Amino acid sequence: MKTADPALNTGKKTTRARMGNRVREGITGWTFVGIAALLIFIFFFYPMIQALILSFQTGTGMNLKFNGFDNYTRLFTDSMFLTAVKNTFIYLIFQVPLMVILALFISVLLNDKNLKFKGFFRTAIFLPCITSLVAYAVVFKYLFSSDGLVNAMLLNLHLTNTPIDWITDPFWAKVTIIIAITWRWTGYNMIFYLSGLQNIDSSIYEAARIDGASAIRQFFSITVPLLKPIILFTSITSTIGTLQLFDEVVNITKGGPGNATTSISQYIYNLSFEYSPDFGYAATVSYSIVIMIIILSFIQFKVAGERNG
Amino acid sequence: MAKTKLTFTYLFLIVAAFVSIFPFFWMIVSSTNLSVEVTGGKLLPGAHLIDNLTKLTESVDIWNAMWNSAKIAVSTTILAMLIASLAGYGFEVYRSKAKDIVFNILLLSMMIPFAALMVPLYRMFGQITNFIPFIGIDTPAAVVIPTMTTAFLIFFFRQSTKMFPKDLLEAGRMDGLSELGLFFRVYMPTMKTSYAAAAIITFMSSWNNYLWPLVILQTPENQTIPLLISNLGSSYSPDYGVIMIAIVISTLPTALVFFLMQKHFVAGMVGSVK
Repeated sequence: MKTADPALNTGKKTTRARMGNRVREGITGWTFVGIAALLIFIFFFYPMIQALILSFQTGTGMNLKFNGFDNYTRLFTDSMFLTAVKNTFIYLIFQVPLMVILALFISVLLNDKNLKFKGFFRTAIFLPCITSLVAYAVVFKYLFSSDGLVNAMLLNLHLTNTPIDWITDPFWAKVTIIIAITWRWTGYNMIFYLSGLQNIDSSIYEAARIDGASAIRQFFSITVPLLKPIILFTSITSTIGTLQLFDEVVNITKGGPGNATTSISQYIYNLSFEYSPDFGYAATVSYSIVIMIIILSFIQFKVAGERNG
Repeated sequence: MAKTKLTFTYLFLIVAAFVSIFPFFWMIVSSTNLSVEVTGGKLLPGAHLIDNLTKLTESVDIWNAMWNSAKIAVSTTILAMLIASLAGYGFEVYRSKAKDIVFNILLLSMMIPFAALMVPLYRMFGQITNFIPFIGIDTPAAVVIPTMTTAFLIFFFRQSTKMFPKDLLEAGRMDGLSELGLFFRVYMPTMKTSYAAAAIITFMSSWNNYLWPLVILQTPENQTIPLLISNLGSSYSPDYGVIMIAIVISTLPTALVFFLMQKHFVAGMVGSVK
């Protein structure tokens, strides 16, 4: 980059000099954003196009040939794929609302002016976010194993008479995954709500209190509407995150028992690198996630938008 | 009435904090106990920390995995800070309609799931291997390169730049600084907090990244810490104490970064919502 011509800054600027300045600034601006834009095009958008082309091909390695929509029709008869989609949606339907409500609830409690040890509670509840998904997944796998600590505690407290097969029963394995993700991400979402709550003027609550509105009423009539953009943001990021679930299922249950906990991302990984590689079909399955993300984000936007109006 | 509400609040938060902290407590305590003690439900610190550590370092090269992860996380963070802040600054300071369109297109990349990119990226690096082996498959560079630019970070820096006092730029221009000089000498020092927050977020996600390293790194010499932990966790007859000490070691760097810079972290998260 050239250093600025001192003449431009000292003498009177002519229109032409100013024009030149603007053009040069424009070019500088493009240089600044260009590196990042180029990298995102190379490593996000170009592979997306590649994946789209791949999704219409079949074969292994370099011997790929086009086979039209065969991969896409195969999706609907592939029981493994349908199971993975079903599992992923079960996680989504239970985990995202559970986590959003829990995070909202905790952040409202933490926003209480009279509360002491706020910093401690906030740090403690956020702490799970510093662990790697793999590390906490392994810890959870052992905590929830049939002779693990969770079962030991439940037995000692007489909450159950026989140990629960957290990892080896199809139902409880899904529950374990949902508990694990909620543990890891609630604190993360809480931070967003806390920052949103700090932006709400406390006089609104005072006015509501004078009008005799209960805490529950205040929550639904003030807190939720004012935090709506942030709730939308966290629901969309959580939805995208859950649709991409991989680390936890691989490290807690390996997708089992049977395929009871396999996620779509894990199935794509298996199709590409575990089974005999089928990159074309793997790309087709990955496009199914892209389409789901677009549809779900659109619905979430719509729902939030209509409540707005 | 207000008092019962506050009691309930404390009770609920104590339970939530306990649930959040307990796995950490268990993992630290277990790392000092023998495997049989861990499965026996022992919840007090034992005397076997050094034994477990010795067994761990004899069976796997954890220090090498830590070093690999550190190399990758540090270089990703440095490159990401530079590239993303240049872009965020560029989008906010030199605004134009065309740039806004490009910015919105870049944001769309946030919706692309990594699973959709995995196979094409793997093939891309497969081809690169033939020409430039040191950034091809099974190299740390191949982990860094696709992850060093994210739309989220560009968005983050653009949002932060909105609060940057632009008068400083005019003053700098008067003093004869070049446009790039303005960025390095005026913008960067002013935006230290934003850089700190972004660096923490990037370091943590790079350190903890699993799927892409799993795909692209193949030899044990190059494996990162999450890959090593995953392998330990899937072993047939797990030695709990040994695995827990490995997990504790792997969590230390991110825990340290978090506790040293907690204030910036929260500020950074807040900045990203505004």
